[in-house]
Amino acid sequence: MSTLLPIVIGVLYATALYMMLRRSLVKLIIGLALLGQASNLLIFVAAAGRGLVRGGPPIIAEGETVAASTIADPVPQALILTAIVIGFGVLAFALALFHRTYKAVGTDDLDAFTTTEEA
Amino acid sequence: MSKWLLPLIPFALFLAFLAAVPGASEPRVIELPLGTSEELGTRLSFRLDGLSILFALLITGIGTLIYAYGTRYLAGRTDLPRFWSYFTLFMISMLGLTLAENLITLFIFWELTSLSSYLLIGIDHERPEARDAALKALLVTGGGGMALLAGFVLIGSAVGSFELTSILAQGDLIRAHPHYIPILILVLLGAFTKSAQVPFHFWLPAAMEAPTPVSAYLHSATMVKAGVYLLARLLPALGGSEEWIAALAVAGALTMVSGAVMAVLATDLKQILAYSTMSALGSMVMLLGIGTPAAVQAAIVFLFAHALYKAALFLVAGIVDHETGTRDVRSLGGLRRLMPLTATAAILGAVSLASFGPVLSFAAKEMMVMAIAAAGEWRRPLEIAIYTSAVLLAAAAALVAIKPFFGVIPSGPRNPGGRGHDPSAAMWLPPLLLATAGVVLALIPGPITAALLAPASAAVHQTQERLYVSLWHGINAPLLLAAAATAAGFIVYRTRERWIAIAEPLGRIGALGPTAWYGLFLRGMNATARAQTRVLQSGYLRVYLMIILVTLIALVLMANAAGGGIRLAWRLGQVALYEAVVAALIIAGAITASLASSRLGAIAALGVVGYSVAINYVIFSAPDLAMTQFVIETLTVILFVLVIYRLPRFSVLTPPPQRVRDAVLATLFGAVITLLVLAAQLEPVRADLAAYYGANAYVKGHGRNLVNVILVDFRALDTLGEITVIGIAAIGVYALLRMRPEVRP
Amino acid sequence: MSSLILRTAARYLMPLLLLFSIFTLLRGHNLPGGGFTGGLLAATAFALYIFAWDAAAAKKAVRIDPHFLIGTGLLIALGSGFVGMFSGGAFLTGVWGSIGSSEEKTAIGTPLFFDIGVYLVVIGASLMILLSLTEQEEKE
Repeated sequence: MSTLLPIVIGVLYATALYMMLRRSLVKLIIGLALLGQASNLLIFVAAAGRGLVRGGPPIIAEGETVAASTIADPVPQALILTAIVIGFGVLAFALALFHRTYKAVGTDDLDAFTTTEEA
Repeated sequence: MSKWLLPLIPFALFLAFLAAVPGASEPRVIELPLGTSEELGTRLSFRLDGLSILFALLITGIGTLIYAYGTRYLAGRTDLPRFWSYFTLFMISMLGLTLAENLITLFIFWELTSLSSYLLIGIDHERPEARDAALKALLVTGGGGMALLAGFVLIGSAVGSFELTSILAQGDLIRAHPHYIPILILVLLGAFTKSAQVPFHFWLPAAMEAPTPVSAYLHSATMVKAGVYLLARLLPALGGSEEWIAALAVAGALTMVSGAVMAVLATDLKQILAYSTMSALGSMVMLLGIGTPAAVQAAIVFLFAHALYKAALFLVAGIVDHETGTRDVRSLGGLRRLMPLTATAAILGAVSLASFGPVLSFAAKEMMVMAIAAAGEWRRPLEIAIYTSAVLLAAAAALVAIKPFFGVIPSGPRNPGGRGHDPSAAMWLPPLLLATAGVVLALIPGPITAALLAPASAAVHQTQERLYVSLWHGINAPLLLAAAATAAGFIVYRTRERWIAIAEPLGRIGALGPTAWYGLFLRGMNATARAQTRVLQSGYLRVYLMIILVTLIALVLMANAAGGGIRLAWRLGQVALYEAVVAALIIAGAITASLASSRLGAIAALGVVGYSVAINYVIFSAPDLAMTQFVIETLTVILFVLVIYRLPRFSVLTPPPQRVRDAVLATLFGAVITLLVLAAQLEPVRADLAAYYGANAYVKGHGRNLVNVILVDFRALDTLGEITVIGIAAIGVYALLRMRPEVRP
Repeated sequence: MSSLILRTAARYLMPLLLLFSIFTLLRGHNLPGGGFTGGLLAATAFALYIFAWDAAAAKKAVRIDPHFLIGTGLLIALGSGFVGMFSGGAFLTGVWGSIGSSEEKTAIGTPLFFDIGVYLVVIGASLMILLSLTEQEEKE
């Protein structure tokens, strides 16, 4: 039962969304990155089958054939691993998009992006 | 040469249905093993009985003639493959409609006929009038179709089945059912829109924008009769109640009269014929409303006769248009010398239109009058309606046949109406055949009555009443009245100008009629859609985000309030110092990232957040996650720096009030999430999966690292998808950055 | 970034990092590690190379085109799935054999090849992203 981590998650979400509401495209992407972190932590905390475990990595000990029952839940960890890598891919793509857009428009102000025609 | 293969399709079908005629009195149901759903009650089942065979023969027989006519009439068009595809689609849909045994199957074909009619009316899609007419037809008949579906569903739920055999046997049940009135209204909406009854008639004259073969086939002989077919088909189930009689008799009579009035006042050949079709449909609906065996018989015979002569007249109109270049009766005249064969067809057709003479429609008219005479309280008003429309239709007939062919050639320099010649056989033969059939079958009605018309009407009124079709009933009141009506009609024709002048002011009232409402509805819908889009789709991302956020927060809070509030346990528990430090680092990093004014500072703060989260993973027993997170965070920071470091400092773009608003909204959302996570922690989470993987990873997967075994063995398919995604993202980045830059002017 | 210290360090660190990444990959089945982590470590090694020299030099060091890496990785991953199909069973069923003497048996199976496929894809994707971005920056 953790109270600290939920607060951290809440703060991360708040800052992420605050950044996403800004007019600068770069801040939007930073917000995206924060959102990814926040969501990963959310799954980590909320989906853990045995709660948050300290000191019990999901590894079967040497010599055993079955895992101890005190280890952390491996399933959310597997999901988050996938999420981290894909989040990185999305971020890279967003940055590349930003690069191209900046070349085309000259500014990172979202309000300048309201039409699809060239100026 | 290949175009002559086209009429063979309907002809083959015609012969196939002819073969089914001998068994017409015994309904047979054929079911195709497709699309059957027991829960929904849908089946692809078809019914062969008198009524459906009659319609099938009409559709395929008249279809054959129109296909032949069309190969000549439409020569020179560039879109012939498209035209014939749509045309054949229509024929098949119409066949499916009339042969359907399952109501849902019927509905599907019903909508298909609306669709193919839309495609055919708008085939000259370059012309805005054609497009508008097609849209009008589609919206009206489509709207009726939706109502029809609702009505069918109600019938199905009342009876417990969508099969006609069951439904027709449960007529009393349906009539006594509490849903009877809604069912009636909905089904009537569908039938009336399709068969152009007042006030849904206005799409039919507009549909004359279609090429003449389409008008002849769809809008006179077959499609518009679909509504009449439906009413006839469902008569045993829905008919006989006071509401049925009243609704159909009133609507039918109104349509009959107004159609006849508008026919006389029109000047375009096809418009005159369109309005007279409307009137004919009205009389059929009226007769089905009365519903007695005699009335039903009259309706069936009239339906058959009408199909023959109306198609013939439309084809004649097409010939006149094709040869002289105009359809305006005011500029046509004296064509009988130039196109004698066409003229013959026209005269025979017109005699049938006026329903006075040795023609099948006259026999039908007599039957109609006699049926109405036995109709009790409805007798007087309906008789007035019948005779009024008889007068006007006779005038219209004269307008169609006498004026163009016998009338004086109007003078004028560039008047095209006086030239032309008989077209090729493919074009004059079909109308002549059809019009002559109306005469021949009237003189020798026996075979067709016994084989076709009797089983058809028996299928509707379901009694043993015998059908007796005869031209001559002796000199009686109906005969004399018919003669008088025709004579009066001729007088109206001669004095047409005076009547038109009288009708002038009435026309202005007509401008407020259904067509105007349709236009209003269309414009209103477009305007509303535009306004709503302007508000909701403003083009600003942050507006969309805010709408999503506010809705989310509101819904979550509402759901929680309704569910009795969130139970929280504010136990801080055992928190080690390093955990608190890491948490503080994350929070500090996040806040710095959002408030930094230098881009690099924001990115650095992002890096702090990422690394702290990684340490967090270490603390809470996720070594794989931690390692991956460390490396990914490094790469992320590198990427950010590569893209951003050349840009100028962040500028403050948003004014303070908006920033406060955004901050409040974001904080609110964060608080909601925190509360949700705290509440979620109180719920017992099942650990079965953890236990399963713990027990099986080494035994079955030969591995000790549970996370890895899950990723590459137990859930390898997900991982396969994931690496595909990351590959695609990389290729996307590569492609984006290789594009030639667009240079800003 | 043509610092001499960085270049020297990179020249010695990179093979070590690559070795470490392969080690992580291979031990992933029994201890923390695996295809993702290993691949990312290798990518970081090359990132170091990019900063010490430039994108072209890094490309030469990798020797294999990142496109090729992604494609091969995916193929290997898919292929390991098909092996399971040919031995009966559904797509991606694990097939295991063992090598080594009877005391030191090491199990080798299709999941290992799957992991190798993942490894290659992750290296290829990260490299493609890094190289594209760096080349863009160098062009300006």
